[in-house]
Amino acid sequence: MKKRALPRVLLLLSGGLLLLSITRVVSGANDLTSTGTMSAAFGLAVPIGLAGLGGLWSERAGVANIGLEGMMILGTFGAGWAGWQYGAWVGLVTAVIFGALGGLLFGLATVTFGVDQIVAGTAINILGLGLTQFLAKLLFTTAPGGGATQSPLIFGELPTFTLDAVANPLNQLQKKDLFLISDISGMISGLFYQLSILTILTVALFGFTKWLLWNTAFGLRLRSAGENPWAAESLGVRVNFYKYFAVIVSGALAGLAGAYLAIVATGVYRGGQTAGRGFIGLATMIFGNWRPGGTAVGAAIFGYIDTLQLRDDANIRGLVLFGTLLLLVISALLLKSGRRNSGIAFMIFGIVMGSAFLSANSFPPEVAQVAPYLTTLIVLATAAQRLRPPSADGIPYRKGETH
Amino acid sequence: MNHLKKLGNSLLAPLLALFLAMVVTSIILVAFGSNVVMVFQQMWGYGSKASSIALILNLATTYYLSAVAVAIGFKMNLFNIGVNGQYLLGGMTAAAVAGRLTLPGYLAIPITILVAIVVAAAWAGIAGWLKVSRGVSEVISTIMLNFIALGIISYTIVRTNVGEEIAVNVRGTRKIPTSGQMPGFTFPNSNIEVYGFIFIAIFIGIGYWFLLNRTRFGYDLRASGMSPSAAVASGVDSKKMTLYAMLISGAIAGLVALPDLLGSSHTYTLNFPTGFGFTGIAIALLGRNNPLGIAFGALLWAFLDVSSQQLDLVGVPREIVTILQGVTVLAVVIAYEIVRRNKVKAQQRDVGLALADNKEGLVL
Amino acid sequence: MTESTSALTLTGIWKRFPGVIANSNVNLSVGAGSIHAIVGENGAGKSTLMKILYGMQKPDEGTITVAGIPTQLNSPSDAIELGIGMVHQHFMLAENFTVLENIILGNEPKHGVSLDLMAARNRLSALATKYSLQVPFDEYVSELGVGDRQRIEILKVLYRGARILILDEPTAVLVPQEVDELFSALRDLKAEGITIIFISHKLDEVLAIADEITVMRAGTTVAAVNPKQEPVTARELAELMVGSELPTPDTSENTVTDKVVLSVTALTVANSDGKNVVDNVSFKIHSGEILGIAGIEGNGQAEIVDALLGVVATSGAIEFLDTDITSWTTRKRRENGVAVIPEDRTRQGLLLEAPLWENRMLGQQTVAPNARGVLLDPAGAKKDTWRIVREFDVRTPGIDVHASALSGGNQQKLIVGREMSGSPKLLIASHPTRGVDVGAQAAIWEHLRTARAAGLAVLLISADLDELIGLSDSIAVLLRGKFVTTVDPHTVTPAVLGSAMTGAGE
Repeated sequence: MKKRALPRVLLLLSGGLLLLSITRVVSGANDLTSTGTMSAAFGLAVPIGLAGLGGLWSERAGVANIGLEGMMILGTFGAGWAGWQYGAWVGLVTAVIFGALGGLLFGLATVTFGVDQIVAGTAINILGLGLTQFLAKLLFTTAPGGGATQSPLIFGELPTFTLDAVANPLNQLQKKDLFLISDISGMISGLFYQLSILTILTVALFGFTKWLLWNTAFGLRLRSAGENPWAAESLGVRVNFYKYFAVIVSGALAGLAGAYLAIVATGVYRGGQTAGRGFIGLATMIFGNWRPGGTAVGAAIFGYIDTLQLRDDANIRGLVLFGTLLLLVISALLLKSGRRNSGIAFMIFGIVMGSAFLSANSFPPEVAQVAPYLTTLIVLATAAQRLRPPSADGIPYRKGETH
Repeated sequence: MNHLKKLGNSLLAPLLALFLAMVVTSIILVAFGSNVVMVFQQMWGYGSKASSIALILNLATTYYLSAVAVAIGFKMNLFNIGVNGQYLLGGMTAAAVAGRLTLPGYLAIPITILVAIVVAAAWAGIAGWLKVSRGVSEVISTIMLNFIALGIISYTIVRTNVGEEIAVNVRGTRKIPTSGQMPGFTFPNSNIEVYGFIFIAIFIGIGYWFLLNRTRFGYDLRASGMSPSAAVASGVDSKKMTLYAMLISGAIAGLVALPDLLGSSHTYTLNFPTGFGFTGIAIALLGRNNPLGIAFGALLWAFLDVSSQQLDLVGVPREIVTILQGVTVLAVVIAYEIVRRNKVKAQQRDVGLALADNKEGLVL
Repeated sequence: MTESTSALTLTGIWKRFPGVIANSNVNLSVGAGSIHAIVGENGAGKSTLMKILYGMQKPDEGTITVAGIPTQLNSPSDAIELGIGMVHQHFMLAENFTVLENIILGNEPKHGVSLDLMAARNRLSALATKYSLQVPFDEYVSELGVGDRQRIEILKVLYRGARILILDEPTAVLVPQEVDELFSALRDLKAEGITIIFISHKLDEVLAIADEITVMRAGTTVAAVNPKQEPVTARELAELMVGSELPTPDTSENTVTDKVVLSVTALTVANSDGKNVVDNVSFKIHSGEILGIAGIEGNGQAEIVDALLGVVATSGAIEFLDTDITSWTTRKRRENGVAVIPEDRTRQGLLLEAPLWENRMLGQQTVAPNARGVLLDPAGAKKDTWRIVREFDVRTPGIDVHASALSGGNQQKLIVGREMSGSPKLLIASHPTRGVDVGAQAAIWEHLRTARAAGLAVLLISADLDELIGLSDSIAVLLRGKFVTTVDPHTVTPAVLGSAMTGAGE
């Protein structure tokens, strides 16, 4: 199963890219694959991806963590509060620590006290929001440039890089609007254009996670806590230790995501800037079948959809067309593999979307606003059957209890 | 003796949690240089004024409805985190319809309520259907639906003619005519009206208790939440149950916007408060899904919210109360879990002792 | 056998639990490098003994000697250190891990910080070849069948250096071909000097593989035989297992009528692996008849009950009072007169966190006296709960206490009382007096007899021979999902019954 995944993913990606290219040419929405869009897409993919990675750590150890949003909020606050006073790097570290503390509290409630994981996660979200709202009002109102829900500007920035050698020629190629070639160039040049160090760190973290969890004894034991903690216990593995470790890391990653939002994406802490990305991160984790590679791909896709909020009308039209074509293709595949009900459902969605595209000249920005969430829902609804969550995910575990 | 003891025991956990939260909050206040005693005095003084009490009752009415909606889901181990989206969508639609009705009150108001209920129930039903047919976790689907609802509402108010310019730079649904508004009452010394909807909320609370404890459906629901395997063995259809539970939860969620809508604002704008769903979850947890417990929780929460308005005027951010509330929720769920575990342990001891009288050759 | 050639010796082991003597004066002597079987029925004390052998329980009295040295086993780690490895009946495997990962978990070979999968693979290959236990190392466990899973569990303990293997009912889940493979592996292990303790109730298999056999009954060891030296037949073993005398049946009048209440034809239930746990079973029960099903647990009894209740998919036909109910929902069956005393009362028969009177309603929540129309009738339910408490002697401080507060026996009495209320036409009773004291047991039997005389049809599943023989009008023996024979309780002998139940053959 491990071996079969890679070619399938590649096939999906190439198919998607082809479709995107066709859409661009047909609709003339050249921004769909421009360097700028791609660069922004990768950027927005980072917080979503980090949240997804955080969710992955936690659920691989058997703890369902919906408190990622609250931990991310703590991260944004930490970055803003430390960042405006001491600079971006300190802000970064503080964000990670704050997120990790949220994870620790969550671990205390779920692992030690055995509180229901969803309830505990919701409590963390409420607490995170309340705490940051209070502290923001208290600390930022009187600070220069700050306000009741916003911190002053974080001073300094985290370094960004542009690999001119790669980006420039590809950018030129992209501007030529050639079918497929320009699109691919756009994607690659976007990756190397104004690349934040946090993005690089994120990619590294994904790679590190894959290595740690799948190539070390530590990782094997952590995953065993999420697959069959009773078997692990019978072999001497300290299950609760791994669960704690995992949720703290999960919180730290969410905090890092918050740092990105505050420091790189906007430059301030602002109330509400997480906008549900903690939950979208969970969706990418599910989309990625609880694996780092899949989660990264999911994050990239959702990041892309997220950027389209910033683009103009023509491009939103392009997105709608892309969505229509995608739905129709998925529908065809489903019908071919014999899944009639799903196939028909998707065809109906596709026709609805298609009619919307054909009948409207322009689309309200709310469409782009709603797109990430709608996509999440559709993805979850389709992918449900093929998913392989860790077997003991979400199941409460107590040391010494027989199963 | 039993009933009093039981009541005492069930109040113990939330009271302890509240106390713990107050301690934590006091520590934070002290850390930031505020006078703890002064803060609590201000809150109490302001909160006990007649107008404040009216505000508290109004807010509590809204909170109560939200919490009951969540609690119905909880009873079946379903997490309806989508109350936000459900009540906003239901509220907007109801406001839009009510704004155009020219019927007398005894027709207009029920119609308005019905619209809110149906829309919200349908929205929740989407999540329910996704869970039953595709196994999608209702936790994530309801959260996504929340955001989608916001988009739909924004579009409808801003870009369609459902929304009108009802004030300078404010778009909202057409104002509900007096005939469609719900009258309230005031008590002495208060210059704020208490929403008439409070009676409906009380009625819903009674209905919730009745549904759960006196109907076959309610029994099936509770059984499914307590032991899915026993429920199935007793004849319950778990898929149907899940769907019904989500629909009913959504239906009640639809009512959440109405106290405010029919009692004071009479129009739905984009400024309509959007956090009642999460408050409902917190209060349902606090009140342990019990209609009376939820009522106490709602009143407490509303008291904290209203009385804290005073705090800004004395230099303490009123959000301190949000911390208080957040810590209370966390502490309460931990406390309940500890209490539950101790109860089980105590019972197991009893069983062991009772078995000692048992001469049947039980071999393990 | 002298102490020096014994791998493991237990002398005078006693183990008591509150109110119950699980093991009394157990003596066991396992020869080094032999395959030693411990046989006995359910409830004979094998489980407790096994937990003592593995260090999960400490005996109250008696000594344990391993390789001639007296020792104390305080925990499974102690047992592992002494080279004792346990292969559980219910496998402890992570489905989404590969075979390799499952075996090395907790004892991973490392290369610096990384997992050294190459070293693991080599070590395991060597082990697998040495003991002829081939398994595909890189497959996910979820893809593997039961035979492979068992081999993985055995490799797990061998990998940790076990020299004495304890296998708990290893063939319970295997088909004959897999059993042969297992036995071949066991012989290879024996050839390498490993000692094997094999716990089972399947006498034909035991005789095929064991060098030494210890028989347990009612918590004590009743015999130790060495089939190589003194040949013994399965029938003799069966008699040792069930006791030389069977209870005398009740000689009351025959109340069996001609009216067929339940008619089951070609019932087949498959488990998730595709194996038929109930295989083409057919039977009829008449009004006024108690049909008993004898058999060691795990031979398909639970699945027959599930099928009759309507909670699993089945093929075959079920007819109730001349109506085909195969497609009826559980609720409809219950509303029309099918009552069930479930095997697992806490999971299927009770709402532990609900008061007794609400538990009285479970399964009958749509009919009187529990409900009137769509509404519940708490007053009616409570009144009837008091009646049940009185008639069935449920010891409880009140009917508002949670079911979890009651002892198991009293819970069972409540369930029996509940299911027998409401004039059912068919009662499926699965171990109806499990956990109940002797006095109450007699009372429940009396209730059953009275109902039977009034025309109730009963399907009785029990591991208690007193109960089976005392109550049934006829007994069908279930083995591996099939009915192998039907016996008359008045004339059956222990040998015949025991042999049929254990497949000892004629």
